[in-house]
Amino acid sequence: MSAAKPKPGRFRRLWGAPIALALLSLAGLIAALVGDGLYDAASYLSLAVPLVVIGWYIARRTR
Amino acid sequence: MTSSRIRTWYLWHKWTSIVCTAFMLLLCLTGLPLVFHEEIDELTGAHPAVAEMPADTPLASLDLIVRNALAARPGEVMTFMSWDDHEPIVYATTAPRVDTQDAFFIMGFDARTGERVDFGNPEEGFMHVMAHLHIDLFAGLWGTLFLGFMGLLFVIAIVSGVVLYGPFMRKLDFGTVRANRSKRLKWLDLHNLLGITTLAWVFVVGFTGVINTLGTPIIKFWQYDQLAEIVKPYEGMPPVTDFASIDAAVKTARAAAPGMNVQFVAWPGTGFSSKHHYAVFIQGETPLTSRLLKPALVDAQNGTLTAMRDLPWYAQALLLSQPLHFGDYGGLGLKIVWGLLDIATIVVLGSGLYLWLGRRKTSLESRIEELERGGLVTQPVPGAAE
Repeated sequence: MSAAKPKPGRFRRLWGAPIALALLSLAGLIAALVGDGLYDAASYLSLAVPLVVIGWYIARRTR
Repeated sequence: MTSSRIRTWYLWHKWTSIVCTAFMLLLCLTGLPLVFHEEIDELTGAHPAVAEMPADTPLASLDLIVRNALAARPGEVMTFMSWDDHEPIVYATTAPRVDTQDAFFIMGFDARTGERVDFGNPEEGFMHVMAHLHIDLFAGLWGTLFLGFMGLLFVIAIVSGVVLYGPFMRKLDFGTVRANRSKRLKWLDLHNLLGITTLAWVFVVGFTGVINTLGTPIIKFWQYDQLAEIVKPYEGMPPVTDFASIDAAVKTARAAAPGMNVQFVAWPGTGFSSKHHYAVFIQGETPLTSRLLKPALVDAQNGTLTAMRDLPWYAQALLLSQPLHFGDYGGLGLKIVWGLLDIATIVVLGSGLYLWLGRRKTSLESRIEELERGGLVTQPVPGAAE
């Protein structure tokens, strides 16, 4: 099976959410390194987003 | 992506995972209590506490602490001294020989009185077992390097898993979890969902874990590389016999780096210094600069400062890899998230194992076809995602 040229919309549909989550996680990992207080909160809140996403889609699973 | 390329990536994902999964499960399970080791130590009393005293109470001389430490361990020599992050406690580590690899004995001393502070022996108990299973499987440097190799396979498994996510999800919406078909399809969807959402965190923790396993070789290389260059004039000199005051040496280092804290001191001949210097490692004030230690080399015979230079990039990379692996740099909130992401990783590993075990009767081809069609092997080509 040869790969069809992916249209831009298809790429975004496939990889948009994973890339957004990865960038958010990386920002979270760096935030707590460069500061304390608000930076720490920004860090664990952004790293918690993937967990919330997991919970959301498990709750919405097709039964 | 062509079927043959999918097949290649699938085989990489399968074999790297098969080899490393058991060890990764062990690392995730033992890592969970280690994330909270400070909290657990405080609860179990393994972390020492000292009496409250006015904040301006003068500190005892570090030389007194060295004398007390050596008096408590007759026949041994000093190797390291370090400072507690929260309490006014100085830790002194002795050993039978200065170049020992593992026979260290650590003691705590009240920084203001120089008196010994009792705390549980860190070389026994539950957390000690967890730490060894996580760091070296009770097999020393080779155990650590072995786990590093398993970590490398894990990183390859992550990358190949992401590559396979593409063809698998081509016809599916993000987050699809089909719990209404087979148990296997449900776990395949969950494996994909949890794997792709936690990707960046798992990759960083896995990769920095691999770098941490190279800690001993990295420090050794620094000794041969930059340190050897700095101490070249000392070549061939006899070993230090009459040690200069450590209290004065630390003051000398502090004076050379205003606004920095001293984090630990390595005695001459240990794995972190030259044969003729106290290596006084100083740290900055921010979360980042407090990790990037800088050694001040103080002549252990006459107490003068020989050099103070930033560590080379590979040593800085090692120091930076520690917080990013431990998750101990953003308070309890970050630790809790770290623990939950660790549990999510356990689910990804467990579901991967389940998918492999439950699928051995079907051919490789049908599994690759399943990947290409988003898990819908029974239908020709699914028109739309469910």
